[in-house]
Amino acid sequence: MIRVVLPPHLRTLARVDKEVEVHVADPVTMRSLLDALEARYPMLHGTIRDHVTQQRRPFLRFYASGEDLSLESPDTQLPEAVRSGTEPLLIIGAIAGG
Amino acid sequence: MSGVRVLVGTHKGAFILTSEGERTKWDVSGPYFGGWEVYHMKGSPVDPNRIYASQSSGWFGQIIQRSDDGGRSWYQPGLKPGEPTRNSAGMPLAESNKFVYDTSLATGKPLTTHQWYDGTQHPWEFKRVWHLEPSLTDPDTVYAGVEDAALFRSTDGGKNWHELAGLRGHPSGPRWAPGAGGMCLHSILLDPTNPKRIYVAISAAGVFRTDDAGMTWKPVNRGLSSQHIPNPEADVGHCVHRIAMHKTRPNVLFMQKHWDVMRSDDAGESWQEISGNLPTDFGFVIDVHAHQPETIYVVPIKSDSEHYPPEGKLRVYRSRKGGNEWEPLSNGLSDPDCYVNVLRGSMTVDSLNPCGVYFGTTGGQVYASPDAGDHWAPIVRDLPAVLSVEAQTLP
Repeated sequence: MIRVVLPPHLRTLARVDKEVEVHVADPVTMRSLLDALEARYPMLHGTIRDHVTQQRRPFLRFYASGEDLSLESPDTQLPEAVRSGTEPLLIIGAIAGG
Repeated sequence: MSGVRVLVGTHKGAFILTSEGERTKWDVSGPYFGGWEVYHMKGSPVDPNRIYASQSSGWFGQIIQRSDDGGRSWYQPGLKPGEPTRNSAGMPLAESNKFVYDTSLATGKPLTTHQWYDGTQHPWEFKRVWHLEPSLTDPDTVYAGVEDAALFRSTDGGKNWHELAGLRGHPSGPRWAPGAGGMCLHSILLDPTNPKRIYVAISAAGVFRTDDAGMTWKPVNRGLSSQHIPNPEADVGHCVHRIAMHKTRPNVLFMQKHWDVMRSDDAGESWQEISGNLPTDFGFVIDVHAHQPETIYVVPIKSDSEHYPPEGKLRVYRSRKGGNEWEPLSNGLSDPDCYVNVLRGSMTVDSLNPCGVYFGTTGGQVYASPDAGDHWAPIVRDLPAVLSVEAQTLP
């Protein structure tokens, strides 16, 4: 199972606490992970990536194993630590304040 | 005794204010969707417990929420709590968040582009739903006015949305341009006597009318004059802030434009200015008394750059003669040094007798008058900035 940490607003929307786990068939890429996440939690459709273009929303970033994966190709295999479930993929919203 | 439910959308969530018919004591519930912008909430005229809400965020995009119990519980249409979220093939049962502009059937390419601030052409990009207008006859049918300006409709209770692309595909589409608040379709008026007639208003394009249930549209802006466009009397390009009608006289429309308060007595075919003795004819809101079609309300704002009441004095202005002659209403609004704004979706009336009038401010106050504007009192004073206010009169 792949572990994903959602930003707080999306946890509320998906009605989950802390991190979620989804089953992702090989190859485990950002695209296949988000496909699986949206299939498991359809209310997240359109909230992480655009419905049509599938582009990541600009105020969101993807991190794992201390690396910023946001600009990686969505078809690149995710790090071993994420694929093995050792570490979660972090979906993080840009900081807001004022 | 019947009562009132006031639906308040704010920059950081939604609130529901309820009262018995006397409208002196209020219960406040919320925030719902805390931390999200709620541009609009509106209940179905045929099923007041059916309420639609537009929840959005710069981070996460657009969410449509629906309540079937008067706002006590909410869900995204198609995802009712306890029900399966996927069908037997594993596919999502609904995509209530999905607003996708129509493309050319022939080429699959975008229908058109619109004018950007700098005069260049720009692709239509969906940002959020500004206005939700439930059908007058069917609780499962609801219209959505969106930014960038377009009209969508759902006929399955908000699960699936389809564009009425004849509006955006009007030949004038490439000349539409955004106002400072974005290029938003913010007003939708359904003619109660003619189900095929709908009016919409767009900043900054103007008013459009369909007489064939949304297939084709025509701009109805003759008589408007706007100094911010090269041809002040052009057929499109006007920054209309709000339009309103009385349900018994759907051919009579009232408008608060960027500057100027206007009326039309021929279904938008022509407009006349009715600003009269207002201290300033800039503003955002306009609404009509529930029982007196010639009694209308506005909240004058100093100017297009000074978005606060003239002299720092919050005043509603009422005309009992359909415009031109206005009286200031200040009883209960007399706090000095008031520099809030009242945004375009933030005024509403109930249909009790006497008619109740409500408005919300960017300072987080929601004011109510249970006697058609003669006396005012705040229901709440410290909400996040108010984006919209809608009253439901309950049986």
